[in-house]
Amino acid sequence: MPEKPDRNAIEVRGVRKVFGTGENAVAALATVSVSIRENEFFTLLGPSGCGKTTLLRLIAGFDYPSAGEILLYGDDIAPQPPFRRPVNTVFQSYALFPHMTVAENIGFGLEMLNKPKAEVKARVAEMLRLVRMEQLANRRTSQISGGQQQRVALARALAPQPKVLLLDEPLSALDYKLRKDMQIELKRLQGETGITFIFVTHDQEEALTMSDRIAVMSAGRILQVGAPRDIYDRPADRFVADFIGESNFLKGDVTGTDGGRATVKLSSGTEIRASLPEGFSPSGSVTVVVRPEHAQLAAADGGAALQGTVENVVYLGTDTHFHLRLDDGVPFIVRRQNARGGADSFAAGSRAGVVIGGDAAQVLRD
Amino acid sequence: MASAEEIARAADRKDIRDRWLLSAPALIIILVAATGPLLIVLVYSFLTSAAYGGVEWKFSPEAWVSVFLERDIFDDTLSLADANITIFWRSIKLALMTTVVTLALGFPTAYFMATRSEKTRDLWLFLITIPFWTNLLIRTFAVLQIIRNEGIINTLLMKAGIISAPIQILFTDTAILIGMAYVYLPLMVLPIYASMEKLDFRLVEAGYDLYASRWQVLRRIILPLVKPGVIAGSILVFIPAIGAYVTPSILGGGKNMMISNFIELQFGQAHNWPLGSALAITVMVIVMIALLVYVRNTGAASGERRG
Amino acid sequence: MAKPFSIRHQPGFTAIAALCFFALYLPILVLVVYAFNAASSTAEWGGLSLKWFQSAAQNTQVIDATVRSFQIAATAAVIATIAATMAALATTRTPPYPGLTFKYAAINQPLMVPEIVTAVALLIFFSRIKIFTGYSGLGYLIAAHTAFCIPFAYLPIRARLENMDLTLERAAADLYATPWRAFRRVTLPLLWPGILAGLMLAFVISLDDVVITEFVKSGGQDTLPTYMLGQIRRGITPEINAISTAFLLLSVAIVTLFFFVSRKRD
Ligand SMILES: Nc1ncnc2c1ncn2[C@@H]1O[C@H](COP(=O)(O)OP(=O)(O)O)[C@@H](O)[C@H]1O
Ligand SMILES: [Mg+2]
Repeated sequence: MPEKPDRNAIEVRGVRKVFGTGENAVAALATVSVSIRENEFFTLLGPSGCGKTTLLRLIAGFDYPSAGEILLYGDDIAPQPPFRRPVNTVFQSYALFPHMTVAENIGFGLEMLNKPKAEVKARVAEMLRLVRMEQLANRRTSQISGGQQQRVALARALAPQPKVLLLDEPLSALDYKLRKDMQIELKRLQGETGITFIFVTHDQEEALTMSDRIAVMSAGRILQVGAPRDIYDRPADRFVADFIGESNFLKGDVTGTDGGRATVKLSSGTEIRASLPEGFSPSGSVTVVVRPEHAQLAAADGGAALQGTVENVVYLGTDTHFHLRLDDGVPFIVRRQNARGGADSFAAGSRAGVVIGGDAAQVLRD
Repeated sequence: MASAEEIARAADRKDIRDRWLLSAPALIIILVAATGPLLIVLVYSFLTSAAYGGVEWKFSPEAWVSVFLERDIFDDTLSLADANITIFWRSIKLALMTTVVTLALGFPTAYFMATRSEKTRDLWLFLITIPFWTNLLIRTFAVLQIIRNEGIINTLLMKAGIISAPIQILFTDTAILIGMAYVYLPLMVLPIYASMEKLDFRLVEAGYDLYASRWQVLRRIILPLVKPGVIAGSILVFIPAIGAYVTPSILGGGKNMMISNFIELQFGQAHNWPLGSALAITVMVIVMIALLVYVRNTGAASGERRG
Repeated sequence: MAKPFSIRHQPGFTAIAALCFFALYLPILVLVVYAFNAASSTAEWGGLSLKWFQSAAQNTQVIDATVRSFQIAATAAVIATIAATMAALATTRTPPYPGLTFKYAAINQPLMVPEIVTAVALLIFFSRIKIFTGYSGLGYLIAAHTAFCIPFAYLPIRARLENMDLTLERAAADLYATPWRAFRRVTLPLLWPGILAGLMLAFVISLDDVVITEFVKSGGQDTLPTYMLGQIRRGITPEINAISTAFLLLSVAIVTLFFFVSRKRD
C-alpha cells in the first residue's frame, strides 16, 4: 500500500480533562478533537490557562484524559506509560538534569533505550553539531546560558528520534533577539529532521511565522484550525479575530448569500460584500471583521463605505495608525504603510472616509 | 477495552497504593515502637498497682484519683494532693518561665543575627547551631560546673569581695531555670531567626517613613511579621521544658522534682506503675493542649496569608 | 558629630545578643578547660594534664558504653533514614489523598509527645515482651531509637524533595526511563544531600538520647550518655569533662559537615 501523503501522526478524539472533583472540578479541556499530520509544524495557540500544556501532557502521558482517546499513528496510546511512548518533550523550564553534563543530558534517552555505547556517542555528537554546541559538550547545564540550555533541551528531545516532538512554550524564557533566532533555528531543525512538531505558544506572531497549521484555543476548546493565512484572513469567530492581530468589528444584517460570500447591510446603511466561514450560512444580524491594513482612507463624502472623524494619529515607524470614530459611534482603525517623505494627509480632527476592499471583510460565526 | 476514565482512575489507585507501601516501614516502626505503647500506658493507668512494680490486671481508678487527690491513711477521706499539685505547678511554672526567658533573650539575638551582612550571617547561624547539636546532658553538666558553689561565678564573686560565702544556686528552682534556659535557647533562636531572615527591611523603612519610632516599628511591623517564628520557638521550648528530665535531675537535686522525675520515681522506688502511667498521660494532655493552641494560631496565620 | 540614623538598629539588642553568645560558650569552654586539669577534683586547678583523657580511654565501662552508643546510633540512623526517605517520597509532591494527614501525624508523633511519656510507654511495653520472648538484647534500644529518629531524618529529606522539580522526573520518563531507572538516575542523586543530612541528624539524635535509653535499657546496656548521667549523679571527676570534650568534638565535626551538606545548593 502506498503511503498516503498526509497521514495523521496524532489524532485527538473527544478528549476531556477535568481536574478535581465535585465543586472544585475544573475542566481544563472541554472535549477537544484535532488531527495532526505527519511531518507538519503544528502550533497550539491560545492565552495562558486555555489548556495547551494540559493537552501536551496528555499526549506525552504525564496525565490521563478524563474521557476520549489519543491515537498515535492509529494506535490508542492510553495504556502506554510515558516511557514507552515514542514522543519527546521540550519542557517550558527545559528540565535539564542539573547533575549531568550537556552530553550526558543529550545521551540520556538513548541510554535508557539501551542503545550501544558507540551509537549513543555518535548520535550525541551529531546532535551537538545539529544545535551547534560542540564546544560545550562537557559543561554542567548550570554553566551555560539560557539560549544554550534551550538548545540542549531541544537536542536531548530530538536525539532518540521521536515520532512526535512536543514543545511547550520553548522560547518564552528567551529575550527578543534570541527568540527570533531560535524561531528560524527551530523551523530549520523541523525541516532537517522531518519530525512532527507540536509547538505551544501564546505568542500569535510566533505562531504565524513558524507554523504549517495553527489551532487556536480558548478556555479548553479549539476554536479554529487552519494555515496561518486562513486564521489571519478568515478568522471564524470573534475570539480568534480579537486574539490574532488587530480587528475592527462592524455590526450589520445579512441581506443575501451566494457561494461562500454574503452581502451585509451595515448599520451605517452601506452594503458590503464579506466572505463566510466554511459551512456557515447566516441570516439576520451578524458581526463583520475588517483588519486595519485591509481598509483604506479616502476623502470624506467621496462615496466611501464608511464615514467618520479621525480622532488620533499614531506614528509607528513602519506604518501609521489612524483611529477613527465612525458616524454611528463605532471605533475603527486604519493602518497605512509609511512611505519616505510622505506627509500625514489626515490630521486628527479631520473628516475621512473608509474604503473596504472587495475581499477585506469576513463574517464571524457568533 | 478500558475507557479513558477507568484508566485514569486505575492509575490514581495504583499511585495511592504505592504511596502506602512506601510509607509502610516508617509507619510500622513508629506504631510499634512509639505510638502503640502509648495506648498501653493509658490501659495501665486504670489498673491496680502490684506490690513490687508492675500491675495486677484489675480495673482501678485509684491511680487517676491519686493524681490530684490524697487518701488519708487513717480515715480514708480525700483531700487535694498537695505534693503532686506542687510538682505539676512547678513544672508548668518553670516551663513557662523558661519560655519567657529564652524569648526575651532569643528574640534580640535572632534580630541581631538577621541584621548581619549576608556573609557573616552564616557564621552566627553556625555558632547557634553548635550548641543545638551538642548533647543536652553535656550542656547541662557544663552549667552545673559554672553555678555550683566552687564554680566560676561564686569564685569570681568571692575573689572580688562582693560575697563572703558562696551563693547556693545548685539544687534550687533557679538552677533548673538557668539550666533549661541555657539548653533550650537555640530552640527559640532558630525559628525566630528563620522568619526574621525573610523579613523585608523595606517594610521597616516604610514604617520609619510614616513617622513610627523605633519601638513602634518593632511593635507594629517587625513583631507581627515574625509572629509565626515566635510562636514556633515558644512551642519548641515549652514542650521539652515541661517534660524535662535530664536538667532537673542534674541541677534540681532530689527535692526539686519536675513531673518527669516524679514519674520516674513511680516506676522506680515508689513501685506505683499505674500512678506513673496516669501522670504520663496528664503531661501528654498538657502538651497536646499547647500544640492545639499552636496549630490554631499558625493555622489562622497561614490562612491570612493565603487570603 | 551626630551619628546617622540606622534603619536596622534596635537599642540594647546587640548587647543582649553578645551576652547570649557569651553565655552559650562560657560553660562549654570551662568544661573543656577542666578536662585538662591535673587535679583529681574539678573544684581546684592542678595544672595542665592529659591524664583524665588517658584514664577515660582505659576505662572499660566507658569503652563499652561508647561502642554500644555507636552501634545503636549507626543501626538506628541507617534504618530510620531509609524508612524516612521512603516515607518522604510517599508524602510529598502529590495532591492530598486519603490517609496523607494521618501519615504526617504518625511520622511526626514522636516529636509531639514528651520523651518521658514515650520512655515510660516503652518501658511497660518492652518489659512485657521481654518476659514473653526471653530476649533482652540491644534490639529494644535500636527499635526505640529508630522510631524517634524517623521524624528527624524525615525533616531534611522532605524539605529537599519539596524543593525538587517534579518536571525532572517527568523529563526522565519522557526519555524512556522506567520509574526505577528515573529514580536511580535522577531522583536519588538530586535527593542525596537531603538523605545525608537526615542520616547525620538521626545519628546525632540517637547518640544524644538519655531519657528513652535510661528507661528501655536492661542491666549492663549503658550508652555513653546514660553512663555519664550515672557518674554525674554520683559525683564528678574530671574524667567526665574529658569524655564530654571528646563527645563535643564529635558533635562539632558532625554539625560542620551537616552545615555544608544542607547549605550546598546546586
Ligand atoms: N494539576 C492541575 N490541577 C488543577 N488544575 C489544573 C492543573 N493543571 C492545570 N490546571 C488548570 O487547567 C487549566 C489549563 O491549564 P494549562 O493547560 O496549564 O494552560 P496553558 O498551558 O494553556 O497555560 C488552567 O485553568 C489550570 O489552572
Ligand atoms: Mg502552559
